[in-house]
Amino acid sequence: MELFDLTIHELHDRLKRKEVSSVEATRTMLARIEAVDPKVNAYITVTPEEALAAAEAADQRIAEGRIAPLTGIPVALKDIFVTKGIRTTCASRILGNFVPPYDGTVVTRLTAAGAVIVGKLNQDEFAMGSSGESSAFGPTRNPWNLECIPGGSSSGSAAAIAARTATATLGTDTGGSIRQPASHCGCVGLRPTYGRVSRYGVIAYASSLDQVGPLTRDVTDCALMLQAVAGHDPLDSTSVDLPVPDYTKSLTSDVQGLRLGLPKEYYIEGLDPDVKRALDEAIETYRGLGAEFVEISLPHTDYAVATYYLVATAEASSNLARYEGVRFGHRAEGAANLLDMFRKTRAEGFGAEVKRRIMLGTYALSSGYYDAYYLKAQKVRTLIMQDFLKAFETVDAILTPVAPTPAFKIGEKTSDPLQMYLSDIFTIPVNLAGTCAISVPAGMSAAGLPIGLQLIGRPFGEETILRAAHAFEQATAWHERKAAL
Amino acid sequence: MKLTSADVEHVALLARLELSPEEVETFTGQMDAILAYVEKLNELNTDGIVPTAHAVPVENAFRDDEVRPSIGVENALANASDRVEGFFRVPKVIE
Repeated sequence: MELFDLTIHELHDRLKRKEVSSVEATRTMLARIEAVDPKVNAYITVTPEEALAAAEAADQRIAEGRIAPLTGIPVALKDIFVTKGIRTTCASRILGNFVPPYDGTVVTRLTAAGAVIVGKLNQDEFAMGSSGESSAFGPTRNPWNLECIPGGSSSGSAAAIAARTATATLGTDTGGSIRQPASHCGCVGLRPTYGRVSRYGVIAYASSLDQVGPLTRDVTDCALMLQAVAGHDPLDSTSVDLPVPDYTKSLTSDVQGLRLGLPKEYYIEGLDPDVKRALDEAIETYRGLGAEFVEISLPHTDYAVATYYLVATAEASSNLARYEGVRFGHRAEGAANLLDMFRKTRAEGFGAEVKRRIMLGTYALSSGYYDAYYLKAQKVRTLIMQDFLKAFETVDAILTPVAPTPAFKIGEKTSDPLQMYLSDIFTIPVNLAGTCAISVPAGMSAAGLPIGLQLIGRPFGEETILRAAHAFEQATAWHERKAAL
Repeated sequence: MKLTSADVEHVALLARLELSPEEVETFTGQMDAILAYVEKLNELNTDGIVPTAHAVPVENAFRDDEVRPSIGVENALANASDRVEGFFRVPKVIE
């Protein structure tokens, strides 16, 4: 077991016992990045100097006996989180040279906890994508099979866990962008309830759907990361002022009598046989642990993708209006006037998927179409939310697949955006409902690719899904498998 | 096909995007397919359904109206592609 293989809690124990220093752990991680990242392309920016300075400070804290769970732990952030003095690109050419003047709240919180940030991770541009292929910095590859996509949009956040080039990472999830890559890369990924984690300093995609969450090697690490970043923030008026529980206390592995819902709309024809087998085995595992299963219905599931691609693109078209080449970011040369400058700047700065979504959203909000598309989608969103609220009257959590198939090949779906969008069918409803869900490793395909299961919880029910995920993890060994790199 | 290339060019102007003729052609086909797909929402009767803008109820978050430190002119201008004195400089606006 190398230092870069360890979980947060394993490395924490060694740091606490002074068997290893944070500087050693950080140097090992930086060397690992240098050795394997050229193959994976999980990183956009590596920050060795800042990381080693933070590691020295962490060692000082540890020497003074002030160690917190994340003190001295090498972590990395999706390049959507603004970092003071460190280039933040959102994987877009339009922000290729952007050096933020402030830290986002989650960055501030991780830094205050003593975590060591080793770099900024690749992603789909502006978090728009399901495969990690839409990045101005080139696609990220799946460490389990370099010919395959790692999932997206938090592609680098998941691939870095699987490649063991970060101990833990943060991503964002607007339609599945934490859970789907976690599933494809064999790691744990949590999308917290909307409002649980501050979005201040998170580059906006679809503001009513975006939420920050961790990607980790195991469920315990997931709870530790969530603990560090969760909670109300006066700088984000949509963050919710509810007390933050001690999430590690929920890791009891006790699911006796826990009622898990199986939505019939998720167990459909066309589900990949490997995914179906993994889910069937997971259900048996949970039965053996004393959980009870209830068949439920989420009748509007089939409308979720259509709803999402109207709501999310409408919000995106508004949010991305700020990239105009004046205050920050790329500006096109040789424009005749201001309008021409805006149009050329945005044409040069944005990639194809971002343009497509801005166009769709602008269309859905434009005069004459607003009621038919955007307002209609917001009404269907209400129906989707009500499906979940009704289901949670009879069950404690909902067990589903994360993605209909294991990771597909790079290039397989890039020419057909609608097929790409439909790969998010099992994750999108959670974002529309604003609730929480976790992806946990639950099997391997015949081709050797990881498969995750999804546990969906009530709003602010993170403790229940962490407990259920932890119980599954303790009863299986899927999370211990490592990609050969 | 319902969506025309003229529609796409109009939306591109609204979105402040300049599209190449190839992009107009590609987007016309792709957006038309996606818009045909989202038509399925019309299978649902949503009369009397209240639209949801935010899944979690959001109220106005007020704070005291106090002067607090801001990032300052130098930081605000640091990422500008063109600046003059304390200002962002842009191409001529008025003809």
